[in-house]
Amino acid sequence: MPKLPGLVAAVLVAGLCLGTLLPLLRVGQGGLATADWAAFRFTVLQALLSAGLSVGLAVPVARALARRVFPGRRLLVTLLGAPFLLPVIVAVMGLLALFGRGGLLNDALGALGLPRVSIYGLHGVVIAHLFLNLPLATRLILQGWLDIPAERFRLAATLNAPIGPLLEQPMLRSVLPGAFAAIFALCLTSFSVALILGGGPRATTVELAIYQAIRFEADFSGAAQLALLQYAICGLAAGLALWLSPRALGGAGLGRAVERWDAKGLMARIADMAWIGLACLFLVLPLGLAVLNGLGGLADLPDGVAGAALRSILVALGATAMTLILALALAFQGGTLAQLAGALPLAASSLVLGTGLLLVVRPFVALSSVALPVTALVDALVALPFALRALSPALAEVEARHGRLADALGLTGLSRLRIVVLPLLRPVLGFAAGLGSALSMGNLGVIALFGGEGQETLPLLMALLMGAYRMDAAAGVGLLILALALLLFWAFDRGGRLHAAP
Amino acid sequence: MLRLDGLELAQGDFRLRADLEIPGGTSVALLGPSGGGKSTLLAGIAGFLKPQSGQVLWDGRDLGPLPPGQRPISVLFQDNNLFPHLSALQNVVLGLRPTLRPRQEERARASDALARVGLAGLEERRPAQLSGGQQARAALARVLVQERPLVLMDEPFGALGPALKAEMLDLTREVLVRRAATILMVTHDPDDAAALAEMVVVVAEGQAEAPRPTGAVLADPPPALRAYLGERG
Repeated sequence: MPKLPGLVAAVLVAGLCLGTLLPLLRVGQGGLATADWAAFRFTVLQALLSAGLSVGLAVPVARALARRVFPGRRLLVTLLGAPFLLPVIVAVMGLLALFGRGGLLNDALGALGLPRVSIYGLHGVVIAHLFLNLPLATRLILQGWLDIPAERFRLAATLNAPIGPLLEQPMLRSVLPGAFAAIFALCLTSFSVALILGGGPRATTVELAIYQAIRFEADFSGAAQLALLQYAICGLAAGLALWLSPRALGGAGLGRAVERWDAKGLMARIADMAWIGLACLFLVLPLGLAVLNGLGGLADLPDGVAGAALRSILVALGATAMTLILALALAFQGGTLAQLAGALPLAASSLVLGTGLLLVVRPFVALSSVALPVTALVDALVALPFALRALSPALAEVEARHGRLADALGLTGLSRLRIVVLPLLRPVLGFAAGLGSALSMGNLGVIALFGGEGQETLPLLMALLMGAYRMDAAAGVGLLILALALLLFWAFDRGGRLHAAP
Repeated sequence: MLRLDGLELAQGDFRLRADLEIPGGTSVALLGPSGGGKSTLLAGIAGFLKPQSGQVLWDGRDLGPLPPGQRPISVLFQDNNLFPHLSALQNVVLGLRPTLRPRQEERARASDALARVGLAGLEERRPAQLSGGQQARAALARVLVQERPLVLMDEPFGALGPALKAEMLDLTREVLVRRAATILMVTHDPDDAAALAEMVVVVAEGQAEAPRPTGAVLADPPPALRAYLGERG
């Protein structure tokens, strides 16, 4: 296999992820202000709370899913993987429709004559993160349960031994730290959630503070310092998460349930179904409301929506192409260097990369003239670790199964790539492309830093509409984002699997 | 003529030595217990495994510098002999040229080869649409069109039932032995050796012995092989 492209890709990714540090270091002089430390404390606090609650509540839900068989269980487990594709800003919109000022909950409280609740502030940010990460935590922990061999449960049953201390607690001790660290790292880079539900001196994340420093104060030095701070936090958290590595980000074989001899009592059954029901309600209600309001808002779609949709699609396709090329090159390269390069974007958030690139290009060109390409580039980098995670094992399997036959037939270099490797990787390539394009379609990040008048992508347009309290129009745009993200994922994933070899 | 000149192969901790000659046009069975080094030897000859020392020579020419695809060698593996995403015809065409769009004449040759192994009319089927026996036949058709003088087979029909296996061994003898190809077949079954091979190379305990006529070896096995075969009625 050709090695040179892999080397180039590794250098490129490392250059983009680490190279952005240089202008940050150069510009980011002076010390952090009080407000910056407040942002730091809030970022860490909300991430700790979000990760703790997600993991803590996921344990009973995962246990219920692990030991109960009911109609729709398989569908439910599949849906637990879907929030990864869900545009964050659409999720926030749905939560507003449930918990917001004019939301269902407050209407109900008002009808009962009770005081209203506000979703803005720390608890709102944590609820949103819980909504976004509870499914991931549940999947990771469910995997832990299903990884316990069925024979052990049978053995415990014949010995009449307590399953909790014997099997479940050791499993949880090994799975929970990794799940916690992964979600903690994800919550650190939260931008959209903090932008809409946070804000103000008491609920601003570092990511949001970077945005405000650049956008509202044109304080590039301050933004650079914040970006360095964010880089350090995220790097540490990503390193921790990789070190504790939950094994189960792939999620194969979640279809079966474990046969259990304990927990047959009525109370245990009722408790399990209650956990599953509550989790479903918490996940499905906001989503349903977002779709419902979106349908109502379709009539109010603003004028610029067609252009924004076109820009979003172009950015998503461009980002996907770059992600696939980089991921393929790195997967072929293999080895530690490629793995490191592939993991680097985990440490660099969208806005940090965006700030670094902004400082690099600002002296030479108008920011707005490069807004869309830079957005696509950063989206490509953000999706790279996930694409690589899907591609690498698939490529290794193709080589293991067909490598010697290809060697024996003299299929090397480009003809091996064209005739053997790419066709066999097509399903995985389709999946990775679907993932990358859906992520890019829903991502509000760099575009918020760079985008000028008439350059809005759909997520930015939606955020602007929400900022102007045009909630109906925003809901309509949100539905459009959701539909396009799912459509892109479906089209790529299906295209990859169509007529593929079994 | 295949000559293994002081060949020493290593795979992990395992080491295999071979110093022997196999006359051109003979069919030879590599016989011995599993873990004895049969497949290692085949991988060394095919070029998948670089020798620690010594040489693999074909008609006096050192094959060392040649990658597997450029050696005068066709290989039949135990399984995964066909690419699952390609039709039977495309799989066979790859034996002629690394392309998926064969010229008229290449297409005709591949088609003929498929007909000779009994797969006429099944050109467009994918491996998943063929039975196990038909897949083995398609792989054999590719070996046919390659027309390379040395054919290496690593327990090629191991996944088939006894009747199908006997049928495939017959077919192999018919299409390859008649063409005067030199055949090296790895097997752990002395009946396979008796069915196909004129000579046997006993591979056991990290050592490949010089070839001897099949009948003589099976009638009076050397100690290493005797322990593996047990007492046979």
